Amino acid sequence: MAPSYEVAGSDLIAEDIEAYLFAHQHKSLLRFLTCGSVDDGKSTLIGRLLYDSKMIFEDQLAALEADSKRLGTQGGEIDFALLVDGLAAEREQGITIDVAYRFFSTDKRKFIVADTPGHEQYTRNMVTGASTADAAVILIDARKGVLTQTRRHSYLVSLLGIGHVVLAINKMDLVDWSQARFDEIVADYGVFAEKIGIKAFTAIPMSALQGDNITEPSAKSPWFAGPPLMRWLEDASVEDDLREKPFRMPVQWVNRPNLDFRGFSGLISTGVIRPGDKVKALPSGRESSVARIVTFSGDLPEAVAGQSVTLTLADEIDVSRGDVLAAAGDPPAVADQFEATIVWFDEEAMLPGRPYLLKLGTRTVAAQVAEPKYKVNVNTLEQLAARRLELNDIGVCNLSLDAPIAFDAYAENHDLGGFILIDRISNRTVGAGLLHFALRRSQNIHWQAMDVDKTARAKAKGQKARVVWLTGLSGAGKSTIANLLEKRLAAQGRHTYLLDGDNVRHGLNKDLGFTEADRVENIRRVAEVAKLMADAGLIVLVSFISPFRAERQMARDLLGADEFVEVFVDTPIADAERRDVKGLYAKARAGQLKNFTGVDSPYEPPESPEIRVDTTMNTAQEAAEQIFEWLEGGSFDPVI
Amino acid sequence: MDARDAPAPVTKRNATAAPMLTHLQRLEAESIQIFREVVAECERPVMLYSIGKDSAVMLRLAIKAFYPAKPPFPLLHVDTTWKFRAMYEMRERMARETGMELIVHKNPEAEARGINPFDHGSLHTDMWKTEGLKQAIHKFGFDAAFGGGRRDEEKSRAKERILSFRSAQHRWDPKMQRPELWRLYNTRKGQGENFRAFPISNWTELDIWQYIYLEDIPIVPLYFAGERPVVERDGNLIMVDDERMRLLPGEVPQVRSIRFRTQGDYPLTGAIESTATTLPEIIQEMLLATTSERQGRVIDHDQAASMEKKKQEGYF
Repeated sequence: MAPSYEVAGSDLIAEDIEAYLFAHQHKSLLRFLTCGSVDDGKSTLIGRLLYDSKMIFEDQLAALEADSKRLGTQGGEIDFALLVDGLAAEREQGITIDVAYRFFSTDKRKFIVADTPGHEQYTRNMVTGASTADAAVILIDARKGVLTQTRRHSYLVSLLGIGHVVLAINKMDLVDWSQARFDEIVADYGVFAEKIGIKAFTAIPMSALQGDNITEPSAKSPWFAGPPLMRWLEDASVEDDLREKPFRMPVQWVNRPNLDFRGFSGLISTGVIRPGDKVKALPSGRESSVARIVTFSGDLPEAVAGQSVTLTLADEIDVSRGDVLAAAGDPPAVADQFEATIVWFDEEAMLPGRPYLLKLGTRTVAAQVAEPKYKVNVNTLEQLAARRLELNDIGVCNLSLDAPIAFDAYAENHDLGGFILIDRISNRTVGAGLLHFALRRSQNIHWQAMDVDKTARAKAKGQKARVVWLTGLSGAGKSTIANLLEKRLAAQGRHTYLLDGDNVRHGLNKDLGFTEADRVENIRRVAEVAKLMADAGLIVLVSFISPFRAERQMARDLLGADEFVEVFVDTPIADAERRDVKGLYAKARAGQLKNFTGVDSPYEPPESPEIRVDTTMNTAQEAAEQIFEWLEGGSFDPVI
Repeated sequence: MDARDAPAPVTKRNATAAPMLTHLQRLEAESIQIFREVVAECERPVMLYSIGKDSAVMLRLAIKAFYPAKPPFPLLHVDTTWKFRAMYEMRERMARETGMELIVHKNPEAEARGINPFDHGSLHTDMWKTEGLKQAIHKFGFDAAFGGGRRDEEKSRAKERILSFRSAQHRWDPKMQRPELWRLYNTRKGQGENFRAFPISNWTELDIWQYIYLEDIPIVPLYFAGERPVVERDGNLIMVDDERMRLLPGEVPQVRSIRFRTQGDYPLTGAIESTATTLPEIIQEMLLATTSERQGRVIDHDQAASMEKKKQEGYF
């Protein structure tokens, strides 16, 4: 929709603009979502709401009338759908449209409508639009009743915790405003709604096309005593619920203009706060009380859910971005392992074990997702077995984080229970999730700070702990080089260990195959073992194809700065295939080996390895020497 | 399995007499949250300051977001050298009053070639604004730029995200854009990539005016009606703001009571005839108007879907 002039109450505008402004200033805001397909009359309904709130210009109206005659589906009558459609052209240009936002207002309220077009990405789009909605309008075609699609929309509305639901039973004119039909649909839907946890909903019979029960009660449905849609939207109460919950505020920014002021800025998620209230900082658990609520317009005696404020505390306790300030008497739990529902957004499937970044509130941590317990068929609500999540899949999984976080169940608090997952390499937002509960209480688990640490152990061996990670195609010569390198280091008196396919695949990882998910898990375990060995002070040589950047990055992230040395054993695939020491390429080409790197599974070369070994220019001996020089040479901290 | 304690009983402790937040309070809180989030997660943010009413509101919101500290980023004005004189005065005044660093960037190539709105048509905007903005972002190494785009401005913005990602070449790539859920923004980016952040995405034009009125925010006086010299050209009223204005044969500037609904390059910005000299009168006029805000901008008439195209090229 183009400009959203709000011309409701235009008499007042002309006669007493200041009175109008005063009224407008005190309007509240409702964000709602419309769900339904084009056939249900969703565009017509939104167009009708915009039209009935008089936010369409004369020139736009003239254009609409002309378009309706030319393109409309209503026999020359005004086709309201044309007001909001027009996204088709953008879709053709390949522009992804998650959600389009439209604005209108009435005398009482301002509205932001999230409209989620399209079928292909429907789950992703609807979840995105629903995440910020206070209310949902679910459209039903009175002729068709509750369809598979209705169930899908309702499930997502319930999943995202939208508490205020309208069942808009549209096209009543096409069933002769039959009360029996209306009652039948309501009963039918009621059974389903209860099953998926929608506790209450308001059903309204309407005709978006003809404007019945939109702003005024329609004479065509004398049997219906409920509110027209617009009145329901104006009266839905949404904020009280948030204020009644315990105080929560994720800290966005520490405000330190000078040494005398230290404030913690954030948006209050739930509850109410006043100076003197006791608060607890999480995950540290330290307590203090609120000294001031600082804003540009002066200190406040009280602040409520939805406000952006800056709090100062009575005591100097350590609080930083990512922490949560909460009511001391009723704080959120702290944990690092959870069960969650995850909605997958990315073309690239979710791989169990791969580390993603998880952002919740103002905190970002590394997270690994376990194999799904099940995924949900959004049409039938059946639980299906799954090994991974594909685009638009919804699954229930366990998650494990690399640091404990403060959280609430999503049902209690969307800001402390809703999270996004980010791919570490592409930086895309690949999924969203809702936390249900912690798998175990972990706030009391602290790593034992050990006096004998990695540095001490390495010193005892007269060396610096390292993980030298050789990656490259099968047959590139990684193991040969690694063996020569280990001998060279041993001759120098270094304590080493070599991890390769031969000693890992046969023992620790013998339960793993060669699917993409198994290869990720294979590397994860190798990286963890290498980490333990480095912790013991060893120089660990790892020789694995390790084809994916993300897994090598994960290994790098597990280790301290400068400990991880990535060596790219660079061999053109033609050379590797010609060598084919183990005859594996021949088997792969013959189709006897599946998922073989370089043949039917990709190899992602390192972008900036510490060392690149070119096997077309150097022998294995020379390559080993090159790595040895690097380790013991200038860029290496000399021993002790 | 469930290790959480049973939920605490709802107490009356939270009972508050505070009225429901108004829509402006909710919009303000959301904008402030966006400002803080971007600043916390980016290395070198900047605010694009174009001196108009949306910039004025953004500046106030930025100050509120970081009060009592100063907003921890500079203001960037990508100057075309053709703004109204009153705009330059306002720019200097705001820089002085806020104490924020003001960076003014003028595309040196456009300056050398004497690019102007009379001779160079759309090249004028391309070089001064689109290229100028890219140059400034590159020159100062900004990784995030706050802009004043609003979703209600026109159809193509309705689906725009709060954060809009650009490649290292400043291209807007549809595939790079990310879904935005709850209040969570993914600000991760690769080397050389940057993004625009639109903290006032969900404000409408009326919200902007109302906020200026309530908060008493200073705006360029040209928004208010006054007696000013204009010529009528292709149905637009163009103000003769300085001696560089080229008059066509037969054109004689006339003094009329006019005001501007948008601020821009004076030869490209159409005025409307008006007697509105107070904010309520301006708002009244706007609410009773029958044509849209952007019709005063000559640039938009160039071609259909021109905003979309300009956005892909790196302009706002």
